[in-house]
Amino acid sequence: MCTVCGCGTDPVIDDGTENGAGGHKHDHHHHDHEHEHEHEHEHGHDHDHGDHHDHHDHDHVHHEDGATHYGKGIAGVHVPGMSQEKIIQVERDILSKNDRLAAANRAHLAQRGIFALNFVSSPGSGKTTLLARMIRELKERMEITVIEGDQQTSNDAMRIREAGARAVQINTGKGCHLDAHMVGHAIETLEPAENSVLFIENVGNLVCPAAFDLGEAHKVVVLSVTEGEDKPLKYPDMFAAADIMVLNKSDLLPHLDFNTGLCIANAMRVNPKLQTFIVSARTGEGMEALYAWLEASAARRAAAAKVA
Amino acid sequence: MHEMSLMESVVEIACETAVSHGAKGIRVIRLDVGRLSHADPDALLFCYDAIRRGSLAEEAALEINRIAGEGWCLDCEKTVPLEERFGACPECGRSRVQMTAGDELKIRDLEVI
Repeated sequence: MCTVCGCGTDPVIDDGTENGAGGHKHDHHHHDHEHEHEHEHEHGHDHDHGDHHDHHDHDHVHHEDGATHYGKGIAGVHVPGMSQEKIIQVERDILSKNDRLAAANRAHLAQRGIFALNFVSSPGSGKTTLLARMIRELKERMEITVIEGDQQTSNDAMRIREAGARAVQINTGKGCHLDAHMVGHAIETLEPAENSVLFIENVGNLVCPAAFDLGEAHKVVVLSVTEGEDKPLKYPDMFAAADIMVLNKSDLLPHLDFNTGLCIANAMRVNPKLQTFIVSARTGEGMEALYAWLEASAARRAAAAKVA
Repeated sequence: MHEMSLMESVVEIACETAVSHGAKGIRVIRLDVGRLSHADPDALLFCYDAIRRGSLAEEAALEINRIAGEGWCLDCEKTVPLEERFGACPECGRSRVQMTAGDELKIRDLEVI
């Protein structure tokens, strides 16, 4: 259900155009239904014709050769006193739907050589300032588009557009994270160019977005030095899910007792493969290293799409 | 509160599965939720109550099977219990432990009518 208005599964997408700005776009509710039918076709007739046949409830399969098999039901076992049709083995990950949509997003992006990053952090770590600076300084070198996720307002998308990139805003309403379904629609709306870079700014929240794959190449966790070195230990799921950590607001370090080494050590405890960049999105300190990584990664992604 | 989204997904998968098996209703939904996973069982139950209304699972009980955390300690060369996701080995105290169980977040089976 859409937690914005209860209308369906679509969040509100504001693409900054006239028909999208601030308004609800409720004209395209795609519900993907699964069709994993597992009917028993071994008997040539169907007993389930309605209530008048309920006394005729079979928990076994009649074969053409007259043999009756009690282990062919859905559960694959016969339990005395219990009709075996009553247990259905599901064995599916709760997140399997999101994961399948994320895989579709990932395939679509890979095919077009688009390098997507999912920025996650607690509120106020400076994600939007970081993205705006990257856009201002990189827009001559590469094409960047942005998907902005927030519970309410289009403020962040406006800041991104002012910096010079196309952006769509997703308002999740009560939702605490973006999911692959919302991002899939936002990609459709945004139509990022081939071989471009896509930034997804997730809802400010260090817990929930960790669980939801959006189809990105990497999760980038942004942590500001005003937040304390133990954040990676307090919120290990997010730091384990990320590949990159950006330690922001480094210009404030002289005024704080923040131990950068300890913070990185804590992060490495939950994720030994985590790569760290120390930057200040305000002064620009350390940004060149991040740009070098971004350009190299995006170029590799574009080259891979050409080969494939 | 991503438990809300998780439970929406559970009810959706459960109802679709029940319908595709021609069931008229769901009696029990059984989940496997690892102790080291990011979902809180109390929050799952709370959200489930809100979400099941009006669905095939309206009357269904939710059973959550907790799975204990386990990891393989590279130094001890054996499976050890894990209390936290990135915890140290309880025997040797070192952190070279790879989680092998406790991260589950799965719908195991349904009892349907």
